[in-house]
Amino acid sequence: MKIDRAEVEHVALLARLKLSDSEMEKLTNQLNSILSYMDKLNELDTEGLEPMAHAQPIHNAFREDEVRPSLDPDSSLSNAPERNESFFLVPRII
Amino acid sequence: MNILELSIHDLAEVYSRKEVSPVEVTKTYLKAIEDLNPKLNAYITVTEDLALEQAQAAEKTIMAGNQSTLTGVPLAIKDLICTKGIATTCASKILTDFVPPFDGTVTAKLRENGAVFLGKANMDEFAMGSSNEHSAFGPVLNPWDESRVPGGSSGGSAAACAAKLCAGALGSDTGGSIRQPAGYCGVVGLKPTYGRVSRFGLVAFASSLDQIGPITRNVTDAALLLGAVAGYDPADSTSAHQPVPDYMESLTRGLSGLKIGVPKEYFIDGLDAEVEKAVSQTIKNMEDEGAELVEISLPHTEYAVAAYYIIAPAEASSNLARYDGVKYGLRSEESSDLMEMYLSTRSNGFGPEVTRRIMIGTYVLSAGYYDAYYKKATQVRSLIRRDFDEAFKKCDIIACPVTPSTAFKIGEKIDDPLNMYLSDIFTLAINLAGIPGISVPCGLSQDKLPIGIQFLSDHFREDLLLKAAYNTEQISEFS
Repeated sequence: MKIDRAEVEHVALLARLKLSDSEMEKLTNQLNSILSYMDKLNELDTEGLEPMAHAQPIHNAFREDEVRPSLDPDSSLSNAPERNESFFLVPRII
Repeated sequence: MNILELSIHDLAEVYSRKEVSPVEVTKTYLKAIEDLNPKLNAYITVTEDLALEQAQAAEKTIMAGNQSTLTGVPLAIKDLICTKGIATTCASKILTDFVPPFDGTVTAKLRENGAVFLGKANMDEFAMGSSNEHSAFGPVLNPWDESRVPGGSSGGSAAACAAKLCAGALGSDTGGSIRQPAGYCGVVGLKPTYGRVSRFGLVAFASSLDQIGPITRNVTDAALLLGAVAGYDPADSTSAHQPVPDYMESLTRGLSGLKIGVPKEYFIDGLDAEVEKAVSQTIKNMEDEGAELVEISLPHTEYAVAAYYIIAPAEASSNLARYDGVKYGLRSEESSDLMEMYLSTRSNGFGPEVTRRIMIGTYVLSAGYYDAYYKKATQVRSLIRRDFDEAFKKCDIIACPVTPSTAFKIGEKIDDPLNMYLSDIFTLAINLAGIPGISVPCGLSQDKLPIGIQFLSDHFREDLLLKAAYNTEQISEFS
């Protein structure tokens, strides 16, 4: 067993997902079979190998710090589920 | 003249002779979509008004003699590429009402070129899937056999292209999502080198793997469409400072001097006999055209699926954290506090495959598992890249199958995610290495299903892929 039900619940919370009992059950099984398959990578000795996070050898892409046009507030907020003038509205936090 | 039979480069010709107007062409496509789309479900949104408006503008451009290659050409755009003022849903419930206030760089380029947007093509939700069954807007059917999947995730783009519901389309490819559906639908699909095409305005799935590319009816159109969208973009810092060649110059007959690598790891048990036969025959035909065959080895091929299905979900779990119900997209009504809003918005908004990948990704990045999974996978990614670097010292391009079988049945793999992931075995390594690949039809199975062959090249050698694909198209028996 790679991952048990309690761990699936923990990961779901980290990912901000609320899952039903049956979804949790199904996912526990599926994640176990998927993660077991990943064990295949342990056949390879990767000691000392450089990890490759990206396909191109670009590290930093610098540009001049210049003011350029950007979206106006109204367009930026045009998809907001709820807004007040130029602010996004969210449920009470404190 | 049968308007729907005209591909992109045919349209450019008839327009320049003023034999038909873009408005008439656009109306003909819109009618075809109206007739067929309710069944095939290739489009999520049909942009009829915009298309007619663009067609009228194209007509003026043509009458003034100022047309470019894409003026008045009706295209489908995969629904995760932002189109200003047009819903961009990513085939997800969470973005159903999202209308981007800006264009992606590729869509802006197409508009400037005078293209006509017929609509937004269906896909697997957030491009996660190999069958187009994971769409919140329902599955797409394969036009060759409606009981089968069109492939995914760019299933709508490929099906629309094959069914002649557009002259060409844009898709995106993170692990095969252009090449595999192109293979299943008998059309041409090109995944450019990572960095060849700007990703600005492409809704992110796995940012180190995603690339936009053309899905077209023939290789000439793929060259045209790639040329129109490729190039450096200051808005995407991962786009490459590389000049864009004239890809049309690659479309010449004859393959003498071309070294084609044939990787033994791609001709394995589990490869369908008919696919194997069609691909091998095509390679043999290429040899007859003057190419030299070289046996090569890509020894880490069998590890690509495991590495990919750690790296891609890891990046996805991070990218999809932005769907929190605050700035855009769905917000669940049933929330009294912020945490509850996040939880119920995301759970109601994401479908099962996206949920599964977010879970895998969050797990492999979480404390205690990062080294064992994510770091290990990125080290294996180095090995996979090195395989290709070594191979391209011996050959110019690699030829191999694009999928282990022809299009599978709708429902066949939906309950077995691992089995679905394994169907991507021949396409994933290419994205991990960042190299380009093209899928081109090379035969038909006994069941009358298309079979595709895939060509791969070193970074930024799309010209070689197009040349190989063009010759394949000329000599294959596929029609």
